[in-house]
Amino acid sequence: MSKFGKGEKRGMPALNTSSLPDLIFTILFFFMIVTTMREVTLKVEFKVPKGTEIEKMTKKSLISYIYVGKPTREFRAQRGSSSQIQLNDKFVDNLIQVQEYIYQERDAMKEIDKPFMKVSLKVDKETRMGIVTDIKQELRKAWALNLNYSADSRN
Amino acid sequence: MGKKKREVPELNSSSTADISFILLIFFLTTTSMDTDKGLARRLPPPPEDKDLDAETEIKERNVLQVRINAMDELMIGGDYAEVSEIRARAKEFIDNPENLANLPDKVAKEIDFFGTVYITDKHVISLQSDRGTSYDKYFAVQNELVAAYNELRDELAKRKFHKPYTQCSEDEQLAIRTYYPQKISEAEPKNYAK
Repeated sequence: MSKFGKGEKRGMPALNTSSLPDLIFTILFFFMIVTTMREVTLKVEFKVPKGTEIEKMTKKSLISYIYVGKPTREFRAQRGSSSQIQLNDKFVDNLIQVQEYIYQERDAMKEIDKPFMKVSLKVDKETRMGIVTDIKQELRKAWALNLNYSADSRN
Repeated sequence: MGKKKREVPELNSSSTADISFILLIFFLTTTSMDTDKGLARRLPPPPEDKDLDAETEIKERNVLQVRINAMDELMIGGDYAEVSEIRARAKEFIDNPENLANLPDKVAKEIDFFGTVYITDKHVISLQSDRGTSYDKYFAVQNELVAAYNELRDELAKRKFHKPYTQCSEDEQLAIRTYYPQKISEAEPKNYAK
């Protein structure tokens, strides 16, 4: 008589899935922590240019964003398809609003952070420089001199 | 009397996994791990009258004119060029290795680690664009100019400290930055094409 495996059923044992929720929860927590929800809904489309000398920007609290691009489809009827500037949730009609936006952003900052304020320009590749220079002139007037042309790295 | 054992029924937790899956997918889709990257530049302060006077004092040999017109055509100094040529031209201009008379003049300056060296302290790269220039082209040119500086600094760091610029200490980096100060002037916009 052999000792091993006689008359035993050879079924596949059921996989124990009781730890599956824990596993998923772990991943969930990871994503909950790293997630940063965009505060503004984008009303313009943009594809930033590519460059090689790209630096990473640190300290999100110091950065104010200016978006420039063509309006997304739902706004095309009212705004046309030419390049538009977006600040927070609004389109810009008058360039003076850029200055006001900078002042607002600067007021919201802590006193020690104010000199380190940065403006990130997220500008579409196809934009004409006219609109960009206009923004730059406004930024100069508002003394927001630290500028960052947002871009992707190219290898 | 009917004596029953009252056990707490076990909670069916088989759907916990599904619930957490739904939450996970929600966070997966809303997450934007965009680390902000870009080309950092510094704008000149708002124009004042005395700045205008200072500008006229710059000698012609100290200025490298880079112009982009509305057709995205590029001009360095006096002749047409391609984006790929900028880096070499800019490097030669900034460094002026042979001390040529048509490139920026060198001034003696004392820098830590280096002692007294002759550097092109007064050079300016003037970048001028048209209102019709595309942002893509403008950015490519800016990128090349910054690349020229970065390459020069990196070469200097390797020669002097035998390691790349990014691995140098704060003081060493400062010395290198003083050796090759970044001077890109973004001139007032012009509107050529009407």
